[in-house]
Amino acid sequence: MDWDIVIGIETHVQLRTNSKQFSGASTAYGSEPNSQACLVSLAYPGVLPVLNKEAVNCAIRFGLATDAEIASRSIFARKNYFYPDLPKGYQISQFELPIVNHGKLSISINGKEKEVRILRAHLEEDAGKSLHGIVQGKTGIDLNRAGTPLLEIVTEPDMSSADEAVTYAKKLHELVQWIGICDGNMQEGSFRCDVNVSVKKKGDTKLGTRREIKNLNSFRFIKQAIDYEVNWQIERLEDGEKIDQATILFNPETGETRAMRSKEEANDYRYFPDPDLLPLEVTANMIDKIKLSMPELPASVAERFEKNLGLSSYDASELTANREVTNYFNNVLQFECSPKITANWILGVIFSQLKEKDISISLCPISPAQLAKLIQRIEDQTISNNAAKKVFDALWQKPNTEIDLLIDELGLRQISDSGAIDQLVEEVINANINMVNEFKSGKEKAFNALVGQVMKASKGKANPTQVSEILKKKLTI
Amino acid sequence: MINLSLKSLNQGLVKKKFSSLELTQFFLNRVEKHNSDINAFISIDAEKSLTQAKHADALIQSGQNSLLTGIPVAQKDIFCSAGWRTTCGSLMLDNFISPYDATVIQKFNEVGAVNLGKTNMDEFAMGSSNETSYYGSVKNPWDLSLVPGGSSGGSAAAIAARLAPAATGTDTGGSIRQPASLCGFTGLKPTYGLVSRFGMIAFASSLDQAGPMAPSAEDCAALLNVMAGYDEKDSTSINHEKEDYLANLDEPIKGLRIGVPKEFFEKGLDGSVQKVIEAALMSYKKMGAELVDISLPNTHLAIPVYYVIAPAEASSNLSRYDGVRYGYRAKEYDDLMEMYFKTRQEGFGEEVKRRILIGTYVLSAGYYDAYYLKAQKIRKLISDDFKKAFEKCDVIMGPSAPSVAFKANEKKSDPLAMYLQDIYTISTNLAGLPGMSIPAGMIENLPVGLQLIGNYFKESQMLNIAHAFQKETDWHTRMPDGVS
Repeated sequence: MDWDIVIGIETHVQLRTNSKQFSGASTAYGSEPNSQACLVSLAYPGVLPVLNKEAVNCAIRFGLATDAEIASRSIFARKNYFYPDLPKGYQISQFELPIVNHGKLSISINGKEKEVRILRAHLEEDAGKSLHGIVQGKTGIDLNRAGTPLLEIVTEPDMSSADEAVTYAKKLHELVQWIGICDGNMQEGSFRCDVNVSVKKKGDTKLGTRREIKNLNSFRFIKQAIDYEVNWQIERLEDGEKIDQATILFNPETGETRAMRSKEEANDYRYFPDPDLLPLEVTANMIDKIKLSMPELPASVAERFEKNLGLSSYDASELTANREVTNYFNNVLQFECSPKITANWILGVIFSQLKEKDISISLCPISPAQLAKLIQRIEDQTISNNAAKKVFDALWQKPNTEIDLLIDELGLRQISDSGAIDQLVEEVINANINMVNEFKSGKEKAFNALVGQVMKASKGKANPTQVSEILKKKLTI
Repeated sequence: MINLSLKSLNQGLVKKKFSSLELTQFFLNRVEKHNSDINAFISIDAEKSLTQAKHADALIQSGQNSLLTGIPVAQKDIFCSAGWRTTCGSLMLDNFISPYDATVIQKFNEVGAVNLGKTNMDEFAMGSSNETSYYGSVKNPWDLSLVPGGSSGGSAAAIAARLAPAATGTDTGGSIRQPASLCGFTGLKPTYGLVSRFGMIAFASSLDQAGPMAPSAEDCAALLNVMAGYDEKDSTSINHEKEDYLANLDEPIKGLRIGVPKEFFEKGLDGSVQKVIEAALMSYKKMGAELVDISLPNTHLAIPVYYVIAPAEASSNLSRYDGVRYGYRAKEYDDLMEMYFKTRQEGFGEEVKRRILIGTYVLSAGYYDAYYLKAQKIRKLISDDFKKAFEKCDVIMGPSAPSVAFKANEKKSDPLAMYLQDIYTISTNLAGLPGMSIPAGMIENLPVGLQLIGNYFKESQMLNIAHAFQKETDWHTRMPDGVS
């Protein structure tokens, strides 16, 4: 039997603010436990929440970036449950009236555009952490993270494969960094996904029962978890069993999912509007101000790259996958390098080096200015493309070396002196009379062989275009 | 130094008739002498108070003083005060030493007032007789067999017995006005948002409001001058222009339109209380005010609505008392769940647990719409009643409480009878309006309070209206026998 897979994703994006959602405590990661737990983080008697305006700005930026409706009035609600790392006994979140509604994000699947609808995005605060096993038999509570601002982004169930889900997650991950609202650090938990998965018989209109895989913090885990879960659900259904709604966890060690709690065990969160906070009003004026500070969005930049620079759609989208890459590319272009050659260098040589070293482009030892100079030396025929790669490798080792010195040091400067090339060609013609005759009797291949001989004689330094021109002239006299 | 107004005490200090140290020691001695009978204070820390008094004397010496500098103020134990045990009347916070000052406390500190001690109260401000306190019930100084009202019963008894010249209270459904009525002094619950709630331990956040408690309207005006003000640490605090509440006390009240709601004089009001209130209204008429019949048709819904909304908010506000970070934790438990259960079972008293249960219930899935949401809609209707009424009048008057002080234990086991104590005060909290109680007469040597309800931010006008009455009468200066 054929099955349809239905996937929706809820992503917790940690907002890049200096202080917490409702207090002035720092949000820096990795500090001594509880060193960033102020009285509000600790939920002392009598303390009150004060909304972080910067977090609101982040939510508005996200709304603008996804062409969403930004609510002029949204409400903070309390989500009540007991847990030791939830100091107030409730989480402040948005429930009925979130700040962002009905956005969309386009993803590209096998060259085809697909739109993922964003149902809503709401502001909330993170919980602290329970630390088990530091003291034998006891649990420690670290409230540094308690109160950290989050934007929870919820999609419609619009994805129909693990690949689509991962593509969406990557695109969202790129976008929130692009617009500067999240540092994107998945190891530190700045970007975590809850994935809702269900399956139904192909063509059925009614959705199957979903299970929610909690807290996936890598794209690989998202793929593995969905693949495992889809198979698990299909096997059950094919065996005539039914799926129960449940919250499940993915174990990266085993690659399996297991139920955390069933629907019956689910909490009744007793949501109600938080009486300590007024309704959040967002004015058109606030939105307009933020619009002015928004960067051009990646889709628009990619379109411009295609149209104005003549890049392929693939290159354009790769170069706009990440704002640092786009900036790097733009910075090289400032030196009036050819966009196509620059794109090829970044997506080819640079990307393979970055991947090998497992670093981001911000840590690339070769600056845009240096790459530009290297490309200029190809364009002005000082070095060949092959020689340029050698220069690049050397430059990677010694990033601050002057390029022209390096070219000379490596002896890679092309011979473009026509007198010198003329002499080399003359010598090769004299030494290879047979080949010359073959060429003259119509064997085109012999010409290339002669060029090769000249290049060999120049130890690769002769400018191949010039060699061809001079050789052709001499042979056709 | 007994029964002097805050202005007179200030004059005494400024003219060096006595020092703040002497004044503070005087009241500490009174507390020492009477507190075992009245139980008005939970915590006394003479050393801290006297240190503040010395500091105040230095301020006065250097001329950097204001009206309240050096004056001892009894603080309800709901206000977090740095270095002081702050219990909120509960075993749950019996060991809680606050590391910080509530904004109200900070404001008193800034003007050099002296914290005389922390007053007894119903546990987490839940009660109308001060019988739910973990620290024992408070006695009414007019008759020790009677209750002082609640929840600010400790502050009320302290004022009535002149153990302090001034005190603070909080009022969620009547907790300043009802004890002011039962103990015979002036108490004001300001407009919601006028006084910061930061550092005031939350009961029902959308209703809680701090206010002054003192013998006279003039004293209350002096206290409100210090307490009121926008606070960025409280998002519900309102950025209202700063006023001097002493400035308009002597304005004429001729032509004042007093709205008299018929619903405040129906079944449930003690007949002799009604007579006192009517007499007070006649006094106002004699002073040139006009009495206007008005109706607040949804008054009968105020108590049911309140007992949905207040417990709902309380059930969530009190979730933080879980034994994890501070406060009481059960001694023995096997796992986390048992720790939670035992801590909250043992740490909270009966009335608090009752309200947590009610609140949890009305917020539960399936009941939310029928209770919480409906109550919010009716709350709006109650506000609208007042809005209409204020088209016809400048101030509303009626009783503060349905009866004079009642016997201890009389209503303790009958929560519904107890809840009716706040029948005339609760609707102003629901609407966020300012309310006030002033002494208006006596029945068999027990005080009766007249309630004034003003429009939003009309505290200055209300104090003026109250002061006009107090210039004509001496009820607010009367003291129980045995106070000397």
